[in-house]
Amino acid sequence: MSTPVATTKPAEPGTTLIEDSTCTFCGCVCDDIDITVKDNHIVDAKRACVLGKAWFYNHHADDRPSCLIEGQPASVEAGVERAARILTDAKYPIIYGLSDTTSEAQRVAVGIGDTIGGTVDTTTSVCHGPSGMAFQGVGEVTCTLGEIANRGDLIIFWGGNPAESHPRHFTKYSLMPKGMFVPNGRKDRTAVGVDVRKTKTAKAMDLFFQIKPRADFEALWTLRALAKGIDIDPEQVKSDTGIELARWQDLMDRMKAAKFGVILFGMGLTMTRGKHLNSEALLCLVRDMNAYTRFVAKPMRGHGNVTGADNVVTWQTGYPFGVNMSRGYPRFNPGEYTTSDTLARGEADAALLIACDPMANFSQPARERLMAIPYIALDPKDTPTTRAATVAFTTATYGINTPGTVYRMDDVPIFLRPAFPSSHPSDFDVLSAIQRRVTELKK
Amino acid sequence: MSERFILIPGRTSKQGCGVSEGKFDESYQHEINTLQVAPADMKRMGLANGDRVRVTTESGRQIDVAVAAATGDELPPGLLFIAYGDLSSRLMDGETHGSGMPTSKGFDVTMEKV
Repeated sequence: MSTPVATTKPAEPGTTLIEDSTCTFCGCVCDDIDITVKDNHIVDAKRACVLGKAWFYNHHADDRPSCLIEGQPASVEAGVERAARILTDAKYPIIYGLSDTTSEAQRVAVGIGDTIGGTVDTTTSVCHGPSGMAFQGVGEVTCTLGEIANRGDLIIFWGGNPAESHPRHFTKYSLMPKGMFVPNGRKDRTAVGVDVRKTKTAKAMDLFFQIKPRADFEALWTLRALAKGIDIDPEQVKSDTGIELARWQDLMDRMKAAKFGVILFGMGLTMTRGKHLNSEALLCLVRDMNAYTRFVAKPMRGHGNVTGADNVVTWQTGYPFGVNMSRGYPRFNPGEYTTSDTLARGEADAALLIACDPMANFSQPARERLMAIPYIALDPKDTPTTRAATVAFTTATYGINTPGTVYRMDDVPIFLRPAFPSSHPSDFDVLSAIQRRVTELKK
Repeated sequence: MSERFILIPGRTSKQGCGVSEGKFDESYQHEINTLQVAPADMKRMGLANGDRVRVTTESGRQIDVAVAAATGDELPPGLLFIAYGDLSSRLMDGETHGSGMPTSKGFDVTMEKV
């Protein structure tokens, strides 16, 4: 694989400036960060947001062991051997995570799943997995973030808080940019927020709809009815959504009058009761709107390469997440092969966890199962998951230490420009070694 | 006396920064261990910042957590917010209703001062 060479030049003596480096913290994958490196520490990250600065300033060289087996320092080779034994001895091994690593590493992880007849799932299943299910049912009228920057004149943020979760989204892609068809930037756009909380995002909007909790489905179907000109009961709309029908009608009028409408939606839809049906309602609304004008929808993706995980698992297996390969061919069934379920039901008996922290983020029944089975964790950081792992690998940080490919939230692949080398192996290196060993053991 | 609320776990900037700074650092731990309550609800229930409450879900999952008044009008009365983390996960059930996604926002809960 060829990797673009970082544009580096000396800044102050003893420092190196790397222009247009890529931040892989969130799905914005901003690739315009100028970073200054001194003694294997990043000391400046120009243009990075608060989350990006925390990312760059807190991933530096360290002297932690690259491998721990049952909490004791071990060689990487010994860790690979133990990991391969755990995975090949298991009856229902699962592979999970993958949203904060390169697509090259993701591809190897899928290969391991194939070799051991395991289940491959990604953090998508507890993020926009329900949207992934809705895409299969409805389809996705989509675009790149560049099109939104250059064309979007009505931008709706639904069930998300990008002001805190994707701080540069407004300035880089969705609200502020002066684009080809929106030459005056923010002045040429109408920004609309729909949420149950009046968040920092709400305060940046022109119009805000503070709907009742768990009323997204009803609100979206209200708009679908209005799009078709169907009479609906004002009192029921107010009672169901918490918003007057007249305000929804005003929004629909604006949506029809827009030249390029966009709905950017968050996990307020996917994590709340209804889940994939909430996402499906939104995708149906956007599809319907194309009878009147150009309208698109994009999920706001959280982790730096969660979109890459969807892409890689899809082009490797045909399905985006929750894929079981125990019969020698891929099967997809959310609720059956997704990690929350295989753990909480006590089915999984070993796990390979890459760049994820289920010990912090999963339900209590799932965490209790994970505590009871052998598992392997790969992470640059010390986390609740690495601390309880049978085998824990400290790996190099993607984008800061290792090259590779990540996919921005709009499915655009971006190549990484690492800043300095790490003493730890990359996820790709560790997974490749495990892949070689499980292949030998399975012969 | 306990009252009924709806709890929304979610991301915050501090929680996001804490992921990079270290999950065992004080800043992250403080952020994920603080329940935000609407000022009107704080007043009615006689709560002050730092007081501890017990939050219980319909399925009986329970946490004890410190409260802080939500900023301005961010939360309407009746709604609670907590940053994603260990405590919010303790309230989640394993059931995903065939979706792979446990219900992770919009829990019906009761809250009482302890």
